[in-house]
Amino acid sequence: MRFLLDPQQRAFADSLDAMLTAADTPSVVRDWIRGDHGSGRALWSRIAKVGVFALAVPEAYEGMGPHPAELAVGFVELGRHAVPGPLVETVAAAALLAELADPVPAGRLLPSLASGEASATLALDGAYALDGDAATTRLALAADGLRLAPGHGPVRTSLDPARRLTPLTPGGELLAAAPPVAHALVWARLATAAQALGVGLALLDRTVAYVRQRTQFGVPVGSFQAVKHRLADAKIALEFARPLLFGAALTMAPADVAAAKVTACEAAYATARTALQLHGAIGYTAEYDLSLWLAKARALRTAWGTPAECRAEVLSGGARRR
Amino acid sequence: MDLTLSPADEAFRAEARTWLAAHVPPTPLPSLETEEGFAAHRVWEAELAADRWSVVSWPEVYGGRGADIVRWLVFEEEYHAAGAPGRVGQNGINLLAPTLFDHGTEEQRARILPSMAGGEVVWAQAWSEPEAGSDLASLTSRAVRTAGGWLLSGQKTWSSRAAFADRAFGLFRSEPGTPRPHQGLTYLMFDLRAPGVTVRPIGRLDGRPAFAEVFLDEVFVPDEDVIGEPGGGWRVAMSTAGNERGLTLRSPGRFLAAADRLVDLWRARADPSDTALRDRVADAVIGARAYQLFTYANASRFLDGGTIGPEASLNKVFWSEYDIALHETALDLLGPDGESADTDWSEGYVFSLAGPIYAGTNEIQRDIIAERLLGLPKGRR
Ligand SMILES: Cc1cc2nc3c(=O)[nH]c(=O)nc-3n(C[C@H](O)[C@H](O)[C@H](O)COP(=O)(O)OP(=O)(O)OC[C@H]3O[C@@H](n4cnc5c(N)ncnc54)[C@H](O)[C@@H]3O)c2cc1C
Repeated sequence: MRFLLDPQQRAFADSLDAMLTAADTPSVVRDWIRGDHGSGRALWSRIAKVGVFALAVPEAYEGMGPHPAELAVGFVELGRHAVPGPLVETVAAAALLAELADPVPAGRLLPSLASGEASATLALDGAYALDGDAATTRLALAADGLRLAPGHGPVRTSLDPARRLTPLTPGGELLAAAPPVAHALVWARLATAAQALGVGLALLDRTVAYVRQRTQFGVPVGSFQAVKHRLADAKIALEFARPLLFGAALTMAPADVAAAKVTACEAAYATARTALQLHGAIGYTAEYDLSLWLAKARALRTAWGTPAECRAEVLSGGARRR
Repeated sequence: MDLTLSPADEAFRAEARTWLAAHVPPTPLPSLETEEGFAAHRVWEAELAADRWSVVSWPEVYGGRGADIVRWLVFEEEYHAAGAPGRVGQNGINLLAPTLFDHGTEEQRARILPSMAGGEVVWAQAWSEPEAGSDLASLTSRAVRTAGGWLLSGQKTWSSRAAFADRAFGLFRSEPGTPRPHQGLTYLMFDLRAPGVTVRPIGRLDGRPAFAEVFLDEVFVPDEDVIGEPGGGWRVAMSTAGNERGLTLRSPGRFLAAADRLVDLWRARADPSDTALRDRVADAVIGARAYQLFTYANASRFLDGGTIGPEASLNKVFWSEYDIALHETALDLLGPDGESADTDWSEGYVFSLAGPIYAGTNEIQRDIIAERLLGLPKGRR
């Protein structure tokens, strides 16, 4: 029993953090919002080179996984840096393909997802697919099974302008009649929880830095108790979401992952509300970078399972702890 | 990173479970906030101690099992899952004992710990005073030097279970007029039945005498009952406060067991269409798990040689607010039956309401989090 990140996991997080800090992700996000995917694709392949997507792909398909705990470590960093793109969707697609009864589609599609040459999006039951205009592999769960969609429809904007919502074109090659959707959902929720935790941590860090230097009434606003206590509450919420995330990565039990998803997303969203409030009017502007994280915290909350769906999942299992 | 227990730890869990199954009283003891209940709980402490289950984390010489923090957590999980009684000795075991391990003498440990482990001597914490609550350092009770010891005078208040306890520990001002209020304080232990001590029980919210005020009029305490250096009591006390908020005051086992009971109640009583209540039950389950895993992470840090610093404040705010939400959910599930004041849930509810007040109020904890964990500037208090 050592429920702490080990030195290798910490080193992985640190190297990803350093790489993303140097990459100036806010400008990549702004390109992505305009539908200009060049800088995003370049960043994608660097993220893949560090091994992030390979963690979701089994070794048999030229990946290094499955390693959910390391994947969670990586996705916290992607969230902290507001990296755009179908990150979670690529993980979900990889998990889905890897578990198909027929190994042929996995053999054909997974190696390029692991290496970062390809990215994937995934639409369940007619829902929008994220970034279908940028993803190279578009998977759609249709009435008769899993299909490789031939294209996408018009882009709809999301509350997070960096998330481009795209319907997928019906038809395309049938890959599997009964794909293991529940398994993919667990991976998608884990990755979303990690990304949301990262978003929340970034919002807290930025807000702490801001209230330390912004002065009003002759003192830093961070010295006011009302301000401090809101930030303390954000800290508590995020610090208690963290062990749920890593605990879920160790068990991969659907109820544990759902608990991590709802908790991390609610913590990130509450932190976003606090961050906006404590920045005052500047926080309410699109050109100030804080908005990139604020919008994502809202969008992740309902992606891959609403809070109510996740809570219902927590109570669905009959099995007790111990 | 892993959550698996070693075979030896699993064996320890099995041993605890077997013992508890054979010994936990089949019908609940009367409330320990009553005279009768207090006496019954002492008997239970003695039974625990007879088989060395009362203080598993202490060294064997003092009646423990030398269990590390993980085993302590495992024991607590089993203890609460078995529905075992509340611990009447908890102030001594969780607050005074760690202080004696860190700052006491060999002689003090040998004299005090065995009778504490067996429930023969139950200890009360006498820190707060009428004018010294959150601002504890402003306390004014005095310790005046006399031949072979000290004479204590003043008033302490809100002292949990002091109405029926035997002895107490607290801080006294031994050097009046120091430049800073934290200086010149001495940490002393005294007998609640010594000449010059008057204990007046105070009814808590539901009227039960759960705490008391203690009046001291030239109460003699021998030198051997000073903990640490005279005048250096603040430092000693703060290490105790860290223990209180950090790991030992509320084990996750208690909340895991309560969340399990809540789910049972929900399955038995809930209207399936009430999704708002369902969400609160789910949050109770999630909160217990979060607290368990957070504590396992802290325990890991501890095993690796770390200490519990200001992070303890995260714990304290979390469990105290969680405890209230859990009990409010149970009372709402009970509907009109939730009004009844003599169920386990109502007893737990009344108890939970004090959580954000004692062991350092949650406002004070949030200040600590903001200043010491987030690095925000100190403001005017
Ligand atoms: C059930 C129960 C058991 C207890 N058991 C014990 C015991 O065994 N031994 C013992 O010594 N004491 C005990 N206490 C006392 C407890 O430690 C004190 O109540 C606590 O320290 C708060 O002090 P106070 O009640 O005087 O509140 P005050 O300090 O007067 O505070 C009143 C309110 O003002 C707020 N406040 C005060 N200062 C600040 C600040 N700087 N910033 C923001 N808000 C502030 C507080 O948070 C609180 O909300 C117990 C209390 C309870 C309720």
